[in-house]
Amino acid sequence: MPHIKLPEGLPGIRGAMAFRPETARPLNDLVEILLHAPNSLTPGERELIATYVSTENDCYYCQTIHGAIAAASLGDDEALVKKVKFDFENAEISEKLKALLVIAGQVQKGGKQVTAEAVSRARDEGATDIEIHDTVLIAAAFCMFNRYVDGLDTTQPRDEEMYRERGKRVARDGYVTVSKEYLPADATV
Amino acid sequence: MPHISLPEGLPGISSGFAFRPETAKPMRELAHTLLHGPSTLTSGERELIATYVSSQNDCYFCQTSHGAAAAAHLGEKSALVDQVKRDFLHSGVSKKLKALLVIAGQVQKGGKAVTSEAVEKARTQGATDLEIHDTVLIAAAFCMYNRYVDGLDTWQPSDPAMYSSMGAHLATHGYLTPSVSAPTLEVTK
Repeated sequence: MPHIKLPEGLPGIRGAMAFRPETARPLNDLVEILLHAPNSLTPGERELIATYVSTENDCYYCQTIHGAIAAASLGDDEALVKKVKFDFENAEISEKLKALLVIAGQVQKGGKQVTAEAVSRARDEGATDIEIHDTVLIAAAFCMFNRYVDGLDTTQPRDEEMYRERGKRVARDGYVTVSKEYLPADATV
Repeated sequence: MPHISLPEGLPGISSGFAFRPETAKPMRELAHTLLHGPSTLTSGERELIATYVSSQNDCYFCQTSHGAAAAAHLGEKSALVDQVKRDFLHSGVSKKLKALLVIAGQVQKGGKAVTSEAVEKARTQGATDLEIHDTVLIAAAFCMYNRYVDGLDTWQPSDPAMYSSMGAHLATHGYLTPSVSAPTLEVTK
């Protein structure tokens, strides 16, 4: 049972966002820009970073929903998503994304863990400053989202099909649009 | 030197915000709602939570700037701010705030570290569900801000006058506009 009384029937972060629409709006705006808005990194690549960090933080809801959004963005390749979560250095992804995942893993441990060597490797693989910036911020933001979701002890159903279906919708429509289902109209303006 | 080429002369998070205004906007709005918007917790209390978490995450810029904002809200009681950072259980803050700081410290370690006992204790001291929610989200958000600031290896000067002036600005105006400007750059709008 959640630590506080959250609206029922809304799993994971959705219950928390419906509880506090004033903070939900900037949270959705932030994740929309980081993961869904146009970027030189594809939505699939950015969702893999979010999924990996959420796995390292052991947040079931976040790693499953973002894993599903990543798969939906990557031609339903769920096996690739699983490989990235547990052994990304040997996954079929670009060398640039591997280097960015190293940075994301360092951020997950703590801001001061990020090494000049890891940044240099990413740059050698063609990562731009803005891609490195966004990788750091995606990883940092998921250290927030994961703690928010688990820190309130939200409901996190073990129902893969639910995440798969929702993942497809978020991949298609983005976070802000989908959030209108559970937020009052004035909080999504 | 920062890991990426950030605008010069801007300390800490200000340089990340100037580098990427698209993500700065929701990050500023989130901080404003959490720390400066209407709440049954005073801004001083909420800044103390932010300061404590930033201190646990060992982020110099965040703990110093939010410590200065807390002091500005609390009538320049910087000794109280230091005491909360070091040993809040023996500081002069309310029992309710102590109970909320315990929850914030658990969130800093990880979302799953939050215990029912800590939540129950906060409730016994009069904390509402909304106050517990906001405590969890403030702590989670500072696990993001701290990682962002240190993960980019931003410039973090140790100039007490600068932080004191930032703290006064934050306490008065909140987070929607920059609290510092670079002497040589036109970044304030």
